[in-house]
Amino acid sequence: MVLFWATLLAVSILLYVLLDGFDLGIGMLFGMATGEPRKHGMMSAVAPVWDGNETWLVVAGVILWGAFPVVYSILMSAFYLPVLLMVAGLILRGVSFELRYKATRMRWIWNASFAGGSLVASFMQGLMVGALVEGLPVSGVRYAGGEFGCLSPFAVLCGAGLCVGYALLGACWLVRKSEYEVRDHAYRIIPYLATALLLFLIVVFAYALAEHLSVMTRWLDRPSLFVFPVAGTLAAIALAASVHGREDALPFPMVAVIFVAAFGTLAISFWPYMIPFSITIDQAAAPRTSLAFMFWGEGLFVFPLMLLYTVVSLTVFRGKTTASSAADHY
Amino acid sequence: MDITALLLSRLQFALTVSFHIIFPSFTIGLAAWLTVLESLHLATGRPVYRVLFEFWVQIFAVAFGFGVVSGIVMAFEIGTNWSEFSRMSGPIQGVLLSYETFTAFALEAGFLGVLLFGRQKVAPWFYLFSASMVAVGTTLSAFWIMINNSWMQVPVGYVVENGMFAPDDWTKIIFNSVVWSRFPHMLLASYLTGAFCVAATGAWYRLRKVYHAESRIMLRMGLGLAAVLMPIQLLFGHLTGGYVNTYQPSKMAAIEGRWNDEKPASEVLLAWPDVQTRRNLFAITLPPPFGSLIDADSLTAGETGLNSIAPDDWPPVLIPFFTFRIMVGCGILMLALAWIGTYLSRDGSLARNRPMLWLTFLSFPLPFVAILTGWVTAEVGRQPWAVYGVLRTADAMTPFLTRREATISLIVYCATYTFIFAFGIFYIYRLLRAGPLGPDVLTPPASIPSPPLHVDAKLDTAHVLHVPAEE
Repeated sequence: MVLFWATLLAVSILLYVLLDGFDLGIGMLFGMATGEPRKHGMMSAVAPVWDGNETWLVVAGVILWGAFPVVYSILMSAFYLPVLLMVAGLILRGVSFELRYKATRMRWIWNASFAGGSLVASFMQGLMVGALVEGLPVSGVRYAGGEFGCLSPFAVLCGAGLCVGYALLGACWLVRKSEYEVRDHAYRIIPYLATALLLFLIVVFAYALAEHLSVMTRWLDRPSLFVFPVAGTLAAIALAASVHGREDALPFPMVAVIFVAAFGTLAISFWPYMIPFSITIDQAAAPRTSLAFMFWGEGLFVFPLMLLYTVVSLTVFRGKTTASSAADHY
Repeated sequence: MDITALLLSRLQFALTVSFHIIFPSFTIGLAAWLTVLESLHLATGRPVYRVLFEFWVQIFAVAFGFGVVSGIVMAFEIGTNWSEFSRMSGPIQGVLLSYETFTAFALEAGFLGVLLFGRQKVAPWFYLFSASMVAVGTTLSAFWIMINNSWMQVPVGYVVENGMFAPDDWTKIIFNSVVWSRFPHMLLASYLTGAFCVAATGAWYRLRKVYHAESRIMLRMGLGLAAVLMPIQLLFGHLTGGYVNTYQPSKMAAIEGRWNDEKPASEVLLAWPDVQTRRNLFAITLPPPFGSLIDADSLTAGETGLNSIAPDDWPPVLIPFFTFRIMVGCGILMLALAWIGTYLSRDGSLARNRPMLWLTFLSFPLPFVAILTGWVTAEVGRQPWAVYGVLRTADAMTPFLTRREATISLIVYCATYTFIFAFGIFYIYRLLRAGPLGPDVLTPPASIPSPPLHVDAKLDTAHVLHVPAEE
């Protein structure tokens, strides 16, 4: 039962990172885009799906609270300011979709809040992951690190790294969903973003070695974990090839594989810890009566339905959003 | 009063949750009204229902979006500011919230898209089905949230285990009488909110002499529905008072401004409760046994006064005392408006009665004020407890939260909400002002391809233009 909910939590987080990752990435690229047609094209590529994508964050949040209340309580209180800024960023990003098209003279405000909100939310998510990987000071069932305990050079680096990663996902989504100028521009920036992401991963690796993070030692003990980095590397090569050959459909899944590889590396190298290295999945789990009640209703029936809806909605809006169809809506 | 992290956290939660509840209470009612309109359109074939539907679905989309983004805040804030509470009650309340998210997400993700963008892509019966599923989804959301909050008011079906509230009887948690008086009370409040907003919009158009056919239907349906629901709402309000009387004597005593134990009890209608001297100034009081009758449906029942409760366990007396009276006042005003308006609209004289139209137009804040003050009564009245009788609010807070952090977050939320609220209200106002034929209305709210929708909406409204005003 504990394992079931740990798996569902992992799936929800992964889906959130992949799905809202490209939304947020496009939001950041949007900030650098010039000209209304390009901005419009970028927004159209995510407008129908962002809402459902963001919901996975809430799903992950409530699974965490219901099934692993100790971890929810420690993480939220430890990341007080990052969570606050992430939520504020997500609010601004979210309302921009609706309000940008209702606005006339004020459109620049929503352009700015779309890009700025996406950037802040992405950075904060990376920051939190970085701080968690570095190890949160925990005493008993409470966080014990102080106001800015999560702010370290490593965490900031991870914040920047996730922004780059999301931007890469976003660019690949644009390649997949758009045509002409928007797509061509995305193709031009993918090599830069991919190189930056690679550099980031190398720096993280080096930093981890230098700091002797406890993660690294666990990692070297389990050589089978190298499956994930290898899969990531292969995906990176395939990405380079698909960008070179202008295969519109391929870059996104390849970057997704890189993300899954990184996520898998993280998850398995910490196993069975939820907060490394102080609280394990079993220690964090809610009483059996809670987990069972969740399992027999939402776990068994509703969760598969939600996955189905996600697939269906991505299928309904598959294919290119063409300039002409976009012009029709607004 | 010292400005502590606790006070700031409470202010912040009060602010964000109040901001949030405005939108769901509007959209729950609106979703039901949209379902009714679509049914009427299918049943009668009259295009005016379709016009009204296309119009209100736009407003629904904006309000729904605001409800979603402001709701996400809650899910995080409980952990950031109330970490002790979230750890202890997660096994019950986290689970209930996950049910809310899962069921609402499943229904909304599936059917909201169809409702907003899919009219041309699905059969009419399926479109109606989608509308009703969105209504069911919003209602289910409210259901789980009311269970959740009711558990904080009257905790049942749990044992304390490892410093956590572990559920040991889910049927008690979900199917207890507290839930089943409070959930209908909230649901009716949402329907009334929808009804009054619709009626007020109708009155506005009538006053401006535009949209005759539409405004007539909005006025009739809005006021008519309110006329039927208001008495039922008063009954459920009374039943809700019953649980307070049974389980939360300190809240009841504060609401009633009752200082001493009384048997049978009198009823304070209006007063200024003076906490220092423990008595009511300027009181207008009904003699016994009115207090017992109102609170306990009995001529002889004894009622507890604040003096027999330790002051440490008192809620702030003034706030629930006055918010309760504001809520009841709004309810009585709404009842009067709904009945008089419905009476006048029997022979169509409402349309010519400008004072009554003005009153109806200006009535739209009443349901919102009633909902907010009602919630303040329930939540402030529960103090000093987060979970009544079990966990104090002061012990529920994140123990190491600093005043600086709490100040920053309060400012960030205030700034963000003021910013988006100002624009959101402005855009909703612009949509409402323009009305069913306004320039904005013929444009769908977000980006999904459905060009035929415009064409159709134009056809229908064009048709309506030839329908003579029916009065």
